[in-house]
Amino acid sequence: MAEVHMHGRIGESIKRKEDGRFLRGKGNYLDDMELPDMLHMAILRSPHAHATIKSIDTAAAGAMPGVVAVVTGELMAQHKLAWMPTMSGDTQAVLATDKVRFQGQEVAAVIAETKYQAEDARDRIVVEYDLLQAIISPQQSKESKVLIRTDKEGQKDNHIYHWESGDQATTQAAFAKVEKEGGKVVRLHTFYPRCHPAPLETCGCVADVNPATGKATIYMTSQAPHAIRTVFALVTGLPEQNIRVVSPDLGGGFGNKVPVYPGYVVATAASLLIGRPVKWIEDRNENLISTGFARDFHMTGDLAVDKNGKMAALRVHLDSDNGAFFADAQPSKFRAGLFHIVTGSYDIPTAHVTADGYYTNKAPGGVAYRCSFRVTEASYLIERLVTNAALELGIDQAEFRMKNFIKPEQFPYTSATGWVYDSGDYPRAMNVALKQLGYDALRKDVEARRKKGEVTGIGIASFTEVVGAGHGADFDILGLRMFDSAELRVHPTGKAMLRMGTKSQGQGHETTFAQIVTEELGIPAADIAVEEGDTDTAPYGLGTYASRSTPVAGAATAMVARKLRDKARKIASHLLEAAEEDLEWDVNKFYVKGSPDKSKTIQDIAFAAYTNIPEGMEAGLEGVHYYDPPNMTFPFGTYAVVVDVDKGTGQVKVRRMVAVDDCGVRINPMIVEGQIHGGLTEGYGIAFMQLITFDEDGNCIGSNFTDYLLPTAWEAPKFELGETVTPSPHHPIGAKGVGESPTVGSPAAYVNAVIDALSPYGVKNIDMPVTPDKVWAALRGAGITE
Amino acid sequence: MYPAAFDYRAPKTLDETLALLKEKGDDAKVMAGGQSLIPLLKLRFAQPALVIDIGRLPSMATIKKQDGYVSIGALVRHVDIERSEDLKSWLPIMGEAAHWVADPLVRNRGTVVGSVCHADPSGDWGAVMLALGADLVARSASGERVIHATDFFTGPLTNALKPDELVTEIRIPVPSGASGGAYNKLERKVGDFATAAAAVQVEMKDGKLSRVGIGLTAVGETNLKAAAAEKSLTGQQPTDALIAEAARLAASAATPKGDVRGSAEFKKDMVRVLVQRGLKTAVARAKGGKA
Amino acid sequence: MKVNGSERSGDVEPRVLLVDFLRSNLRLTGTHIGCDTTSCGACTVLIDGEPVKSCTVLALQAEGRSVTTVEGLAQGATLSAVQDGFHQEHGLQCGFCTPGMMLVGTALLARNPNPTEEEIRWAISGNICRCTGYMNIVKAIQHAAKAAKPAAAAVAGGGE
Repeated sequence: MAEVHMHGRIGESIKRKEDGRFLRGKGNYLDDMELPDMLHMAILRSPHAHATIKSIDTAAAGAMPGVVAVVTGELMAQHKLAWMPTMSGDTQAVLATDKVRFQGQEVAAVIAETKYQAEDARDRIVVEYDLLQAIISPQQSKESKVLIRTDKEGQKDNHIYHWESGDQATTQAAFAKVEKEGGKVVRLHTFYPRCHPAPLETCGCVADVNPATGKATIYMTSQAPHAIRTVFALVTGLPEQNIRVVSPDLGGGFGNKVPVYPGYVVATAASLLIGRPVKWIEDRNENLISTGFARDFHMTGDLAVDKNGKMAALRVHLDSDNGAFFADAQPSKFRAGLFHIVTGSYDIPTAHVTADGYYTNKAPGGVAYRCSFRVTEASYLIERLVTNAALELGIDQAEFRMKNFIKPEQFPYTSATGWVYDSGDYPRAMNVALKQLGYDALRKDVEARRKKGEVTGIGIASFTEVVGAGHGADFDILGLRMFDSAELRVHPTGKAMLRMGTKSQGQGHETTFAQIVTEELGIPAADIAVEEGDTDTAPYGLGTYASRSTPVAGAATAMVARKLRDKARKIASHLLEAAEEDLEWDVNKFYVKGSPDKSKTIQDIAFAAYTNIPEGMEAGLEGVHYYDPPNMTFPFGTYAVVVDVDKGTGQVKVRRMVAVDDCGVRINPMIVEGQIHGGLTEGYGIAFMQLITFDEDGNCIGSNFTDYLLPTAWEAPKFELGETVTPSPHHPIGAKGVGESPTVGSPAAYVNAVIDALSPYGVKNIDMPVTPDKVWAALRGAGITE
Repeated sequence: MYPAAFDYRAPKTLDETLALLKEKGDDAKVMAGGQSLIPLLKLRFAQPALVIDIGRLPSMATIKKQDGYVSIGALVRHVDIERSEDLKSWLPIMGEAAHWVADPLVRNRGTVVGSVCHADPSGDWGAVMLALGADLVARSASGERVIHATDFFTGPLTNALKPDELVTEIRIPVPSGASGGAYNKLERKVGDFATAAAAVQVEMKDGKLSRVGIGLTAVGETNLKAAAAEKSLTGQQPTDALIAEAARLAASAATPKGDVRGSAEFKKDMVRVLVQRGLKTAVARAKGGKA
Repeated sequence: MKVNGSERSGDVEPRVLLVDFLRSNLRLTGTHIGCDTTSCGACTVLIDGEPVKSCTVLALQAEGRSVTTVEGLAQGATLSAVQDGFHQEHGLQCGFCTPGMMLVGTALLARNPNPTEEEIRWAISGNICRCTGYMNIVKAIQHAAKAAKPAAAAVAGGGE
């Protein structure tokens, strides 16, 4: 029979269906929205990191032209909205009442006819503060008598949580054995500094509480609209059927658009009280100083390596700087996220991880920026530790990793901290990377250049990460189980509509999820409309972050398409007057076994679903599937970076960057590669230039783009991509997530390259960002200068 | 991120501008490209009562050579310097420095004169003007005076102009014989202010340095002239040892502050490295017969 | 001022930024705001053919000038070569930086029809992208440079 080329099946790099509106400047982003009668909100923020509020005088502000209302914490408290729950079971101030606890914290809001007027009036609010000492590190949190969360009953200090994973006793014994038998223990103390996802579009909302109908429609930059709707219902008391959260086109997210921000709550309350729509869109300073930041982990890792060069045990302690409120957006059972993936790609028999979280006078958060729930931190630590161990032992970085990789035949592999890795072939990815790099020749070249006095090195990172949260029994956010969903409806003319509980921020869902349906049902991708983000129409889901969309909603899409194919078989049987078991499916049609010309296409069947169905069958061709993943998926890869260091200035230039990724089956290779380019660039920024830091008074340095640096096309390296494909055995189409792998795996690769370059001078660690002054100091310390 | 309200005038003639400055100069800001002023207005760090937009003034956008100096008009943009074939032959350091200013978009709007008048110690042009020995022509309703670059920068973001004065052109002496220059800038990324930068311009005669100009960026309260370093080389043959010593002298003249870009010690050493590189390049260019 | 070839006008306070005039007064929302320190380039438009940051231009400064925004790139239903290049080479993900990138690419090719990769990267070094890592943006502009004429077929969101 003639082979049908179906456009848009899995594996095909079709061009993106959503491009049209963006190319024409007709994207529908939050700030593009204008509703009739809409007001504008500007938030007044605390200039101090820690202070009691003595008084707030809004009289002058309230009298300014165009001002409709000035909202303070006191007003919000009257409506029981001055505080709200966080995604980690803590509470967070919406508008400060007693104290301010970080620089940039929300104190009051002005609602006015224009945004210029709102800002003018905001400048006229007078707040009197009594300064308190600012706590700016977990160390200080531990030592200081100053209590940050004076609002929390029973909170006697600044400690938030203690969390452990693995086995302390066996790990301790293993360390003792290694030390006794002539092995080596390698320690690395490293700081993964605070950085920020900084999507190009900032956060905001248009809250429209209709006074006539009581329906609240909140257009919001949200990666998880359903969860937000439920939280809003619980917090505000508005009935959930009267809340509609609509997430429009998002200009990037990277985890920054997951939490509920005070601005959303204040705007909604204001709209409710005033009876007009209220728009709030933050500026970049507000975004960087107050919204969900990333990382800020102080980590100490010990790796025990026996005298044969085999890893015997891993011990890690981390102190987490969580800011003023514990607001990590992560599954509730994992206080330190999925950090305990920290044994990574290696067959380490025993491990023990301890984690402590602390309050500080900084913005709340920590889980964001493509971190897969703290996997970035874990992967960074183990890959730095492994390279340091290799350098210390005098073994080649690649060889040491190969020797200790979990072997392909060990999958599914249960790690020392309880993860069951679904599939992987680490040696293969490593070999592809080394070959692409020309590793052996490059190593010789490095030696030759070093003899001429050049400072140059190669860094490797072989990460395994864990995504696809997750099985409901283990993974929930505020109790909401982390399933996801897909609803598919095929129209009489054979076109389809797919809606999911996820929300793209640029990942190309309108294309890739259509491709899953094309693969399963044979409807061309061009004939499938994909919608996300409107909680009135989309099935319930937990949103897009942590690389979960393909593993969970992608699986749901495949499952619902298969449900429809099952019904289609019944209809085909009716149309062809043949038994169901006598029918074969081929790309987009059922045909009778042995009589291929007796066939019905999916389009024929769709039409029949409305016009000619078997007696007793419901009309229509549609369904919904809520998918609870049986396990996480474990994408992996090997990244290799070559750097050259300018001895005079300490500047580091990435000469080459080879990235081999394995995310299982690739739905659209072009889109996968785009994700990898983006993540590798974010990783570059994290490794070399991104930092949010604080002076001793808690003033934030890094709250605008002149201080918080993002790489341009001039700094960003050129990437050479490779791939291996090791399908996930439990995923319906064998796919794993990929969006975060490059941000997870690359920082260590970049930093390892610099450490390798400086290793002849005895340098063992430089904390990120690896800036020229730090490299210069390391070189100077070894007497190297220009 | 929206400016506070201000009055705005866009005068069509120089006389009109000078009259405005005489009347309202105390609480007014002059705007040419606006790439330094508007960011300050948006953050409300500057809240002038009046903004005088000189963007409509005729004949201010010219680059010309006359009477032994190059004249850069008040509305010459950074990009005009980059693209000027004339300047490539008269003063190539100008094009090289222009390349480093901010980013390509800002260079399409911002002006050289505006940038110099803004007097940011991290501004690139100030160092270049110091190295080139430039003069600024300041006009007012009462007349005209010429301010030498070394007298122009009086403190961070402050210059020697009176409230009623407007700089209409910068004059840069054209080297008579063999000359060469270089602008070396260390920046964390495109668009960042310099961590440190050095402008070097030399003239040579009979194998010796007849004139040496060294201007520094981002390592003091203003752009700095490394006078001692210049002196140490003037009249000498440009040996490696002398260049190294001059670079060390330039570093000692620098008074940088430690910040996220690095410690003061680091920045001083960057001055040394950049001046050393700059001198070697400038000398090579002078010897190469090209200006 | 002329915007995308048509005469447009409005009554604004002197402090109104050009980006706000375009977005709020003229409802041309394809030009975006991404920062508050003139750092990101999401607001890029062309003034008399030169790419500038419209957040750092007062609306009044553009009086009498010719402004091009992303909405002015296509000829009716036909995308420009640069727009088509971005589509063909997957030069956009979230789309927020894309208008600015395309306008810079358009201006670059008008001046330098055959730019090297270095020249492209330098030209867009005032525009931040968080999604793409720039690789495909470079390819998109190179694609446009190669194309002899604009895309014949419109992209209406149907893919191909």
